[in-house]
Amino acid sequence: MTHIAKSTSPRQVEYGQHDVIFPEAFDHGFDHAEISISTRLDLYRKQQEIRQLEKRLYDLFLQNLINGTSHLAIGMEAAGAAFGVALNDDDYSFATYRGHGHTIARGVPPEPIIAEMLGRSTGLLGGKGGSMHLTSVEHGMMGSYAIIGAHLCIANGAAWSAKLRNSGQVAVAFFGDGTTNIGAFHEAVNFAAVYDLPTVFVCENNLYMEYTSIGQVTPVTNPAADRAPAYGIPAALVDGNDADAVYLAAQEAIARARAGDGPSIIETKTYRHGGHSRADPGTYRSQEELDAWMAHDPIPMYHQRLLRIGVSERELTEIEMSVAAAIDVATEAAKAAPSPSPEALWTNVWADGGWQWRN
Amino acid sequence: MAQLTYRAAVARGIAQEMRRDSSVLFLGEDVAGAGGVFKTTAGLLEEFGPVRVVDTPISEQAILGAAMGAAMTGMRPIAEIMFSDFFAVCWDMVVNEIAKARYMTDGQVACPLVIRSGNGGSVRFGAQHSQSVENWAMAVPGIKVVAPAYPRDVVGLMAAAIRDPDPVLFFEHKGLLASKQDVEDGELVDELGKARTLRQGTDCTIVALALMVPRALEAAEVLATEGIDCAVLDLRSLVPLDTTTILDSVASTSRLFTVEENPQACGWGAEVASIAANEVFWDLDGPIVRITTPHIPLPASDILEDLAIPSVTRIVETIRTAMG
Repeated sequence: MTHIAKSTSPRQVEYGQHDVIFPEAFDHGFDHAEISISTRLDLYRKQQEIRQLEKRLYDLFLQNLINGTSHLAIGMEAAGAAFGVALNDDDYSFATYRGHGHTIARGVPPEPIIAEMLGRSTGLLGGKGGSMHLTSVEHGMMGSYAIIGAHLCIANGAAWSAKLRNSGQVAVAFFGDGTTNIGAFHEAVNFAAVYDLPTVFVCENNLYMEYTSIGQVTPVTNPAADRAPAYGIPAALVDGNDADAVYLAAQEAIARARAGDGPSIIETKTYRHGGHSRADPGTYRSQEELDAWMAHDPIPMYHQRLLRIGVSERELTEIEMSVAAAIDVATEAAKAAPSPSPEALWTNVWADGGWQWRN
Repeated sequence: MAQLTYRAAVARGIAQEMRRDSSVLFLGEDVAGAGGVFKTTAGLLEEFGPVRVVDTPISEQAILGAAMGAAMTGMRPIAEIMFSDFFAVCWDMVVNEIAKARYMTDGQVACPLVIRSGNGGSVRFGAQHSQSVENWAMAVPGIKVVAPAYPRDVVGLMAAAIRDPDPVLFFEHKGLLASKQDVEDGELVDELGKARTLRQGTDCTIVALALMVPRALEAAEVLATEGIDCAVLDLRSLVPLDTTTILDSVASTSRLFTVEENPQACGWGAEVASIAANEVFWDLDGPIVRITTPHIPLPASDILEDLAIPSVTRIVETIRTAMG
């Protein structure tokens, strides 16, 4: 993965000291990457789907229509979109609690996602899972996992199964920078490397593990990519706000896994516009840093790239409007859907559909 | 019919199912080349090869994660956690991931897998390699919990666990590995959730699990010579729990004793006692008595460990006193 293993890491700073991390300049070299216009329009549409879904969910929180917590990926859409386009329909995705975007990116319609947030019976999980556990097996979206690290191990199992069945499928595990410091990350990467599993580990490094700068608690500069050599697998470091950069890295890692050449790590440098969860205003980040990253917003940058390479403003507006219309329709349908029946409490503990543990 | 050790019964049960179903896989630490540290899986690598019988790194989370991901995508994995004490380093996988996956996804995700583990004391391994953790497992909704006492049941319940569409924790008792029993030839498949009445009795019901079953039976023989006629039930699984067999027996004997190797507080017998108190209270002629390991970590010394885990003598004395 040499051609993409360039550092986009911002200005070098001592770990534990950098409370301001700037994005590097957007790489116009990718304007001329070998990615077709139709693929790029798909990447744009998926980024729009994620952004507009997340903004709608935020609005619904503010209207007090969504209970519990949620973790939005506004500002981090490029990686989810890139893999949504790069994966085959039968490949496996495993996401974290910040998984709304990864779910819609696999082609899951917005209505059951929004209905799940609203706790409705038509929700993706019948109202039983909620924001942090979105799953749609029929779309290859094998779950959103809220205890960090575990799903990297589980993705290995799906990859192992695919390898045994010679199905050619790959498993992708998305995770944040904070996950790189939990034991399960290291167990999973080692395990995948030992058995040459078709697993792609995607670290979306948004620079903060919850409320703490990742640099403050990590002894290496790139928390996922710098660990890869210890497990003898390749890693790529990319601008996580550039959908094309992530897409090219994804293609290479997926092809490697599919060919039986084993796992790899992709670390994307990105930034969430909001806090960790709905409870967090993100005040631990400086205005200077926030401004720099807001100016490095993946969607307007990609919009500009598409204009530069000849896509019309009208075509992009049509995409934005059609996504907005779909989200509007989905929102109204989800709001109108009934709550779960009380009987739903008792279903699907066991394979027989019920909950009984004794006779 | 041939005499089979508990140890050999493990490999026989697994092999029976691996021959029948090519989606059955087996992974764990030292399980393949070494045949297991307890030699419970000897011969599986030779028969089924390294693709299906896999030696893993010492990575319990990775082992259970691999089993779960494989089970979610069409395989029937069996994972070994060498000592049940080690569940403490991968309990997230069991409790938060495997047990909840079906419910949280409203039925989208299935985890048909078996996690086998060496459980229990009496082998002088000290506090970190001797615990009985079946009560931890029983406390988690969404996993089935099996703990056989006899070689025949190891084979039959192993087959049932592997064929079960839900995740099963299968506890093999380290203190029973050398025990023997005549076991019929051919395919054996039991049903989970069926207790076995090993001894009929009229005066009281003793409910036991795993290593406590042969001790309860021996105690019953001693008590019989004193005129106390005990029924002895081997639960065989805690989830599903065969309360029907327990309560039917209590209804006829009017007394209930549990013999549990797990520490006292929140042991499985507390749940059994609670159910009996709720549902057959008016059949009882006296208090329900639990005979358990005290609520202490297990000591290594043979003298101390034998004091801690319920012995035949303690079972006899406790029941004699209570029935007196």
